[in-house]
Amino acid sequence: MSQELFTNLAIFVLSLLVGFEVMSKIPATLQTPMMSGANAIHGVVVVGAFVIAAEANSALFYVLAFLGAFFAAVNVAGGYTVTDRMLGMFDRKPAAKKGEAEQK
Amino acid sequence: MSALQTISSLIYLVSAVCYVLGVHLMRSPKTARKGNGLSAVGMFLAVITIIVTIIIEGKIDAIGWVVLLVGLALGILYGVVKARKVPMTDVPQLVSLFNAVGGGAAATIGIFDYLLKGDGAGLSVAFSLPVFLDVVIGGITFSGSLIATGKLSGHVSGKPISIPGSRLLNIIVVIAILASAYLMMGLTTNVWYVTLALAMSLIFGLLMTLPIGGADMPVVVSLLNAFTGLAVAFAGFVINNQVLIIAGALVGAAGTILTLQMADAMNRSVANILAGGFGTGDSDSGAAAADVPVDVKETSADDIGLQLAYAHSVMIVPGYGLAAAQAQHEVAELAKVLTDQGISVNYAIHPVAGRMPGHMNVLLADVNVPYEQMKQLDDANPMFESTDVSLVIGANDVTNPLARESGNAISGMPILDVDKSKSVVVIKRSMSTGYAGVQNPLFAMDNTQMFFSDAKKGLQEIVAATKQYLE
Repeated sequence: MSQELFTNLAIFVLSLLVGFEVMSKIPATLQTPMMSGANAIHGVVVVGAFVIAAEANSALFYVLAFLGAFFAAVNVAGGYTVTDRMLGMFDRKPAAKKGEAEQK
Repeated sequence: MSALQTISSLIYLVSAVCYVLGVHLMRSPKTARKGNGLSAVGMFLAVITIIVTIIIEGKIDAIGWVVLLVGLALGILYGVVKARKVPMTDVPQLVSLFNAVGGGAAATIGIFDYLLKGDGAGLSVAFSLPVFLDVVIGGITFSGSLIATGKLSGHVSGKPISIPGSRLLNIIVVIAILASAYLMMGLTTNVWYVTLALAMSLIFGLLMTLPIGGADMPVVVSLLNAFTGLAVAFAGFVINNQVLIIAGALVGAAGTILTLQMADAMNRSVANILAGGFGTGDSDSGAAAADVPVDVKETSADDIGLQLAYAHSVMIVPGYGLAAAQAQHEVAELAKVLTDQGISVNYAIHPVAGRMPGHMNVLLADVNVPYEQMKQLDDANPMFESTDVSLVIGANDVTNPLARESGNAISGMPILDVDKSKSVVVIKRSMSTGYAGVQNPLFAMDNTQMFFSDAKKGLQEIVAATKQYLE
């Protein structure tokens, strides 16, 4: 196993553990926004779309790069926008403050 | 490591920290929006870094720039417009659509690098295994999430669709996927091998999602969300980019926990849901009519209006039926009419009410229901004993007292103690069972009255009736 692969594997496994830890015990109220927020985070695949576009050098590769860029951009831009809209509903009213205090 | 690599790796690390802290902040309603903002900042940093990197490296050609920028611009435009315009009832299918394209993007990267790096030569397993996993998982989430989107939006039937000979078909598809794994990892690169892997995983995504009923879709969407995270992490292995690995694994793990929490709240196992054939929501099958309790009391909108007008405290129990009928405006209107008269109104929200856990809160917040009126299960249950009228709207299994007893399909499921309130009114389309397929003795109790109607239409009638008694 190469050093590079081992490093990546270690990062992968530790990130999985962080994900398990950081996610436990979500109030039901926040589960849908949380799913949407996590969905936006995997929009980081857009970085990969840049990487492949930089290497494209034939018609097939350009098509793939275009698809990758389009798909990833929808994921990341739409994901953050809709999550923010959902969460904005909870804090736009002054009354929300009281409700949050009760939840604590 | 060159200076560029060092700096970009450090910034990627910062953006990875932003995602983890963002998810952490999203666990509390007070900081959730800030958390999503922080995660967006991390994303912004990562994108700036890759833009600067490819400019400095200078490998990208003019056509590369054009396809990249046009693709991004169209994607951003489509994504933002969709996200801004979507009505809150349709959010679950939109999240599923965004998840589908995320999986599609991950698969595209895998296919690209397999064809580019392979170039007719053999590939090391260390490279071709992540490519294979990336393409297959990405393909499954792409087609699976599109079907889930279709089922949630009604373009595809919400009923479980069984395909004749599906068991055999499943086996054939799995064998073909394994064969493609061998072809991709054991032989020299060939465009047909990766095409086979992609095609079979797309078919597998269809076969996996079609037999599952609409009511179970949220769990499926959540599961596919976790899958996409893993596909993105494997794409990170393929292009050797750590921020993809970290963010992908984070979402993979987080999505798995969410999925388990959702399935748990529904008293279903993920394996059960994936086995399919259940989860039709409110099934209208005539076969279930045989053991219907006959001694239920029917009531009218007029009578309900009278009861509500003379109550001191009312508890509204919204369920899937309310979300499906999009009756949240009507329920908020009724609550407003009552609170204006000094009647105490609260909402008892079961963790899985609506189409996704927490979705009911979003729907109600959208129609300006005050946050403090939304009571979660643990807060709501002690309140039922002092409640005059519980108004159950399109909810069934989550109110079933049988859950307290052992030996049935919903034993042990956390329920709302609706039966403890002085009087119960159930608005429901028919006597059919919920997706657990269990009769609900609540409906036949002495203090329960049934009002058979669509949630939206029924509530409109009740609002009119209530107003007349309050004037």
